[in-house]
Amino acid sequence: MSKPLIEIVDLKKSFENLTVLNGISIDVFEGDNFVVFGQSGTGKSVLLKCIVGLLQPDGGDILVNGESIINLSSDKLSEFRKSLGFLFQGAALYDSMSVRENLEFPLKRNFDFTQDEIDQKVISTLSMVGLEESVDKMPSELSGGMRKRIGLARSIITEPKIMLYDEPTTGLDPITSKEISVLILELQKKLNMTSIVVTHDLLCAEIIANKAIVLHNGDIIEEGTIDELTSSDNKLLRNFFSSEIIKE
Amino acid sequence: MDIPKIKYRRDAAFVEKLNNFFTNISGLTIFNIEFFKQLFSLPIEIEQIKKHMNELGVKTFSIVSIMGIILGFVLALQSHPVLERFGATDFLPATVALTIIRELGPILTALIFAGRVSSGIGAEISSMRVTEQIDAMEVSAINPFKYLVVSRVVATTLILPILSIYVIMLSLLGAFVAVIMTDNMSFIYFKNAVVSSITFGDLIPALVKTVFFGYIVGIVGAYKGYTADGGTEGVGRASTTAVVMASLLILIVDMIMVKLTIWLWPTLG
Repeated sequence: MSKPLIEIVDLKKSFENLTVLNGISIDVFEGDNFVVFGQSGTGKSVLLKCIVGLLQPDGGDILVNGESIINLSSDKLSEFRKSLGFLFQGAALYDSMSVRENLEFPLKRNFDFTQDEIDQKVISTLSMVGLEESVDKMPSELSGGMRKRIGLARSIITEPKIMLYDEPTTGLDPITSKEISVLILELQKKLNMTSIVVTHDLLCAEIIANKAIVLHNGDIIEEGTIDELTSSDNKLLRNFFSSEIIKE
Repeated sequence: MDIPKIKYRRDAAFVEKLNNFFTNISGLTIFNIEFFKQLFSLPIEIEQIKKHMNELGVKTFSIVSIMGIILGFVLALQSHPVLERFGATDFLPATVALTIIRELGPILTALIFAGRVSSGIGAEISSMRVTEQIDAMEVSAINPFKYLVVSRVVATTLILPILSIYVIMLSLLGAFVAVIMTDNMSFIYFKNAVVSSITFGDLIPALVKTVFFGYIVGIVGAYKGYTADGGTEGVGRASTTAVVMASLLILIVDMIMVKLTIWLWPTLG
């Protein structure tokens, strides 16, 4: 059996007296679309932030390609971050920059592309998310769904091997949510990325996921495929998924 | 970099204030150390520094211009009757010039600059913090401290001395307008009286002060913005506390520097 691309081993994280992650372990293999389910406040986003080094875990380890990324030096952490993309919940577009500048920013700062190559990459990436015409707009002129698409374009423009999504469909209407979920799946196949998706949107998970876990009070209470999770006898899961189905 | 966060909702208001005070002191100290660590590390954000200097200059140009003219005008009008009482109206240009150059020009420019710029930097960086834009930079392997903080602090440190010189010039012009309204004094006489009264020792300490004031405005605004939390409420808090803290620090540093200057060069006293 091949080795996992991302191994999370007994990861623990607390904030003062509140335990958010209570020693969770996950294996994510290359090409996986791994979905992390859970109610709000169960530590899903904290897990992603630990993986990218925005938060330091209290215990356990995170291995990427067999190498621990906890306590990396700032240079090595920067190198590691260049190999991943992160779509934030609110897209986190830079307000003071146009769409073009948002997309150019990581390319100009971290790579040695010529301006022609950068222009080409910006347009081709925007066409992947279907928003070439928005290239000179400011983030304030974009709708919620457009912001998510541009955020996604900015994350994939560097062609990352690992893509992390923090609630990619939160705050969007069901139709736009479905469009974004389909887009995520298409891009994952096209760019051959490995993804970890944090969400509580069942429809999004059904479209994207090949594996999933459910977090509750800092522990993994179930793991498997979406079908396995939705047909589980676990009372917590049945409550969670029934409320999600009603929402849909 | 681990900057202590400000804690709220303590039971005792006094304990909370004391806690905030020491958290701010320790946080600001760590922030200053980080600034100097990153100041000379590559890449130097020349484009960002130029952009911020340009923006800050444009943003404050009109308000400091008005303030400069009114300052000189009012100071000359107020000083005239006082000097007249002692039969010393001939000393009016020198008195006004020295007061403006040594103290009022730099300090008032700095306080107006703090009100306009410190709050702006605090609001801008804090809104980037609460909307995860700073996290997005970090995740993209871009150093947000260098890009957002260092460039702004360098810009405020460089632009305030320039603005202060401009305000001093305008204040002297305002003073001259007031003088010709009350006295029959020619521009040549006024100019010669001002020039002959100023020494190298009056100008340099005043300009050195403005470098420190500019640094305070930038670093306090950036510190408050960078460590903001609590959503939109945090943005408002960062913006207002930045102005209060920067203004207070400017006054304290001014007091120390005036005392230090007189102690080091007693002939200036």
